[in-house]
Amino acid sequence: MADVTIDRPGIRKASTGIHGLDEITGGGLPQGRPTLLCGSAGCGKTLLAMEFLVRGATEFGEPGVFFAFEETADELTQNVKSLGFDLAELEAQNKLSLEHIRIERSEIEEAGEFDLDGLFIRLGLAIDTIGAKRVVLDTLETLFAAFTNQAILRSELRRLFRWLKDRGVTAVITAERGDGTLTRQGLEEYVSDCVILLDHRVSDQLSTRRLRVVKYRGTSHGTNEYPFIIDEAGFSVLPLSSIGLDHDVSTERISTGIPRLDAMLAGGIYRGTSVLVSGTAGTGKSSISAHMAAESCRRGERCLYFAFEESRAQILRNMRSIGLDLAPFIEQGLLTIVSARPTVFGLEMHLASMYRHIRDISPKLVIVDPISNFATVGNTVDAQAMLLRLIDLLKSRQTTAVLISLVHGGSATEATDQSISSLIDTWILLRDIELGGERNRGLHVLKSRGTAHSNQVREFLLTSKGVELRDVYVGPEGVLTGTMRTIQETRERAAAEARAREIARKRREVERKRDALEAQITALRSDFTSQESELEQLLAAEEAADRQIRDNRDDMARSRRADEAPLRTTTSPMPSSPRGEPT
Amino acid sequence: MTDVHAETQDPHEIWELRLYVAGRTPKSIQAFENLKRICEEHLAGRYKIEVVDLLENPRLAKEDQIVAIPTLVRKLPDPIRRVIGDLSNVEKTLVGLQLRPAQGPP
Repeated sequence: MADVTIDRPGIRKASTGIHGLDEITGGGLPQGRPTLLCGSAGCGKTLLAMEFLVRGATEFGEPGVFFAFEETADELTQNVKSLGFDLAELEAQNKLSLEHIRIERSEIEEAGEFDLDGLFIRLGLAIDTIGAKRVVLDTLETLFAAFTNQAILRSELRRLFRWLKDRGVTAVITAERGDGTLTRQGLEEYVSDCVILLDHRVSDQLSTRRLRVVKYRGTSHGTNEYPFIIDEAGFSVLPLSSIGLDHDVSTERISTGIPRLDAMLAGGIYRGTSVLVSGTAGTGKSSISAHMAAESCRRGERCLYFAFEESRAQILRNMRSIGLDLAPFIEQGLLTIVSARPTVFGLEMHLASMYRHIRDISPKLVIVDPISNFATVGNTVDAQAMLLRLIDLLKSRQTTAVLISLVHGGSATEATDQSISSLIDTWILLRDIELGGERNRGLHVLKSRGTAHSNQVREFLLTSKGVELRDVYVGPEGVLTGTMRTIQETRERAAAEARAREIARKRREVERKRDALEAQITALRSDFTSQESELEQLLAAEEAADRQIRDNRDDMARSRRADEAPLRTTTSPMPSSPRGEPT
Repeated sequence: MTDVHAETQDPHEIWELRLYVAGRTPKSIQAFENLKRICEEHLAGRYKIEVVDLLENPRLAKEDQIVAIPTLVRKLPDPIRRVIGDLSNVEKTLVGLQLRPAQGPP
């Protein structure tokens, strides 16, 4: 009884061990009391009841008794084998007791008053033999078909429930759903502690299983309808996670596996955020997500890939063609690819199934490829609600989510079908750029919360070595990609070369001009020098002549005995400089 | 009442009857007394009644698929027939034991 939680004084609970159910009921079914499990045919009552017993026996040390009114013990054993329950083994260990109550209406004649002491004795014996703490009666209503005296039957059933309570066993009684009532025979009248309703609804040809706790006396419980699934691991009920915004946030960035994309996102995406990769068909959405998956595996972090369009083998083959071999990661158990058609079951079932996988694998990265198909399963509102729950779940687990959305050619590329952009932290948009007779892929980051991301469009190439991002040509002629970009680049290169040649030519001309000018200057200078020397000579000759004249005049004066002019006395006896100025 | 053996051909066949009860309750005592009276009337000298008290032998309840108490089982002659209740309804008891055809009331 280790796992009995106390909700409120007085209400002790027996853990069911069923994923989700304990959360909804706040710990399990009321201990020592009967619980009514009702639902229409084929909605999983027997399996739920059986799992309750098996988990009790294997996980909580509470042996259980299963009284089957419809199936034989062998049939039951066979039926639940697919869930991985080995009833024969549990019986051998005295942890479980299976008993078939066979009542053949045609063999029985009622002649007078009777009671159900035979059933009580058998139950008592079975409980005592293995010390059972849990009892399942599946389904009591067959008794109503077996006996005609309903008054006796009803009073006996009332006595039975009282007796079960007195024995202190936690009992689960299954019953068929009636028209407008919970059970066909009004068993809810007798079992008033806890009533759980299972539902199996088909809408748009898709079935969804849902569970609801109709009543749980003395305890608070979730009142919503919760989707559940039954698969090889048993029951899983999906509790709606709180739609709160109180998850922890991480500042750690993780790489997308495409270096240039990381650069565009200023270092990668934040751990635990949600990334939407949207684009039209064939733009390379899956390739990008496969890169992210591979990168996650290289970091040694588990990755879960939900593929709703391609099979596992197909994904592996396609990714190998772009140089990405995912097979080793699968072998190492790092990558799990879950393939399913979106239309195999309804949205809730998908969510429940995804929830179970996420819980089992505990991945660090979850890829959903694509989410757009869910809109075909349910309506857009439902799909959005489902994605919200999924994203919420992943965020609360600090798991990075990569959602791929296929946008149809006609609709606006930036409008996703699911209108989930507000839930998305990073949105990578892929689109076709059709120009010059070819389509090329363009990638840009539409938004990335908390990141100074690039606002540029990049051309996105799928090469045999993986995804490559290239700058697109953005010029006066618009955005060019692919061959057009190559042509434009060639053209630009040619133009650049021509320009370089022109510059060189101009430079040479300048050189030549400078040379010519310098030659001219030299010529002028030499010309000037020769003229100058000529002038000097002339000047010297003049001066010589001048001196001669003066000498002659002095001689004449001396001979005429003329007074010596005072001014003349200062005449320097030394010869003047060639320019006549002292230096 | 001379043509009571509607289906039993062998008038010397021994009838094996077993009455399952749970303790000596008024209902079980009533059932035994009713059964004895009916047998004396219709099967005088060629019947055996075994009373099984399930409180003493609870295991037999599972083995013989007993749910309601009291249950009367005709073990022989074949096929096995069951009648439940205190056998206060003689007509139904006779029909149940195939001592009287269900469709032809006298």
